[in-house]
Amino acid sequence: MISRAERAANYVILSVFAAFALWPVLTILGAALGPNDSVVGAAGHGPGVLGLHPENFAAAWAQGRFGRSMLTSVAVAAFVVGVGTVLSVLSGYAFGTMRMPGGTVLFYLFLLGIMVPTEAIVVPLYFDLRTLGLTNTFWAIALPQLAQSVAFGTFWMRAYFRASPAPLIEAARLDGASSWTILWRVLVPVGRPAVTTLVVLTFMWTWNEFLIPLVMATDEGLRTAPLGLAFFQGQYTTGFTLLAAGAVIVAAPVVVVYLFLQRRFIQGMLEGAVRE
Amino acid sequence: MRRSSTATSDRPRTRAVTGAGTPARRRSPHRPRLLPFAYVAPAFVVYAAFLLYPLGRSVHLSLYEWDGLTLGTFVGLANYVDVLTDDDLRAAFGHALMLIVFYALVPLALGLALAALLTRARVRGLPFFRTVVFLPQVVAMVVVAVAWRRIYAPDGPLNQALSAVGLGGLARGWLGDYAFALPAVGIVGTWVQTGLVTVLLMAGMSRISRELYEAVRLDGAGPVREFCTVTLPAVRGEIAVALTLTIIAALKTFDLVYVTTSGGPGNATSVPAYEVYRRAFQLGQVGSAAAVAVTLTALIFLVNLGVTRLGDRRQS
Repeated sequence: MISRAERAANYVILSVFAAFALWPVLTILGAALGPNDSVVGAAGHGPGVLGLHPENFAAAWAQGRFGRSMLTSVAVAAFVVGVGTVLSVLSGYAFGTMRMPGGTVLFYLFLLGIMVPTEAIVVPLYFDLRTLGLTNTFWAIALPQLAQSVAFGTFWMRAYFRASPAPLIEAARLDGASSWTILWRVLVPVGRPAVTTLVVLTFMWTWNEFLIPLVMATDEGLRTAPLGLAFFQGQYTTGFTLLAAGAVIVAAPVVVVYLFLQRRFIQGMLEGAVRE
Repeated sequence: MRRSSTATSDRPRTRAVTGAGTPARRRSPHRPRLLPFAYVAPAFVVYAAFLLYPLGRSVHLSLYEWDGLTLGTFVGLANYVDVLTDDDLRAAFGHALMLIVFYALVPLALGLALAALLTRARVRGLPFFRTVVFLPQVVAMVVVAVAWRRIYAPDGPLNQALSAVGLGGLARGWLGDYAFALPAVGIVGTWVQTGLVTVLLMAGMSRISRELYEAVRLDGAGPVREFCTVTLPAVRGEIAVALTLTIIAALKTFDLVYVTTSGGPGNATSVPAYEVYRRAFQLGQVGSAAAVAVTLTALIFLVNLGVTRLGDRRQS
């Protein structure tokens, strides 16, 4: 049906686009693994491993103090993903399977939150939390993101619970299971794919978040990894190698999860990417 | 179309459920009526305290002139008048419009072409291609910004490539150039969004039945007519979603500008989200920052509703 010439042209176009997509990625990776351009003399131009220089990552880790910022990011992400998922499952369950007076209005209130950009809440959050003496704390970084995650998660889990098979719930109820048991023993185990998607999306959004930690963390010790990278870029001006290595370190956790759970990412972002 | 913008598309189904046709299983006469609220309460408390309340406070603050320290002065809608009249703010919103071209329209054109091509010709290596083009969506924007700053640097890969092909005369510090800084930032947006749009459209096009294509081919249609009469009408919903997501991403641009240009040179790349940050935390114009934030939010709501409506109406 398709001529050989058209097929060849297709491959050319595809390759051009793949190259365009990969160019910045390869620029970073290549620089991170190349000889250190900030060191004059033999130290940066040693033999390396097979011509590569993985020691750059150790140097970047130390100079950019990524140990500290990665730890903060892990803590924030663990809290937001863990608590956010549980709260979303609970509220999504109620919205998806139970009748409640005013439920529709309440649900639309949550939907509103999916559309609200971070810019719209960060200014009063900063000044109000400052009044309470809470800026520059873990909570100031984590709780606003938890609220955003809960808004999306409620929407996401409600969609799953509404689509869950009625006979399953009915059978469990006839067995005398309480609504709490039905949720955790029946629906959540069956809904693992939906929950996994929620977890990876929340993880990605939380890990990559920039504005909230930028505003809330005035103390260096509370900087998250992306923030640490931005400051590293400001301070480290002698070369590009270690900055590139730092960028790889910061991007790595989400990219690794993406490579393993690609389908969950793509499905989740296409079906529910309302928050972004 | 549940996925984006939700509000319009979700309404009919919700009505159906709360209305007369409610399945009996969702009702239990013995269940206490407060139970659902107990399930929703923890989520709602967090949500109300850290999202709804600050949103209301933004609206409140936007009516004041306040430096963040001393007592504020009520100024009514003056901050909103500024959004329309202040040169810096008008420039910022103008730049956002320009970014929409790069974030939404260019990726849509590229995505349509790519997706149509990939759906028509069953090429090998599709999963790899999908992984690669979608990758920019999951990389932290700060990392993206660091990479592109390097590419655009005076001694960076872009200028080296230009010199290599004999166009060294065009080389410049792209992000420091008044004329080129904004398009340079925009092209980063194109890079980030094209994959999302392509994958979205591919999903839509893969649902089109093969018979439809065979029918138009029997009529003697070429690739272009085939695209216009079959493919394009079938993916209107996906186009609406793609436009919603990418236009909103363009309007919300912050990290990228913060890390690559800080709004410069001059204010050549200032955008609304950056103005919110600058005014609130650097210039001490908190009320004005809040007004910009509220305007931005209103725009995002409008895009959400408008584009979805457009998609729905055309579909029906």
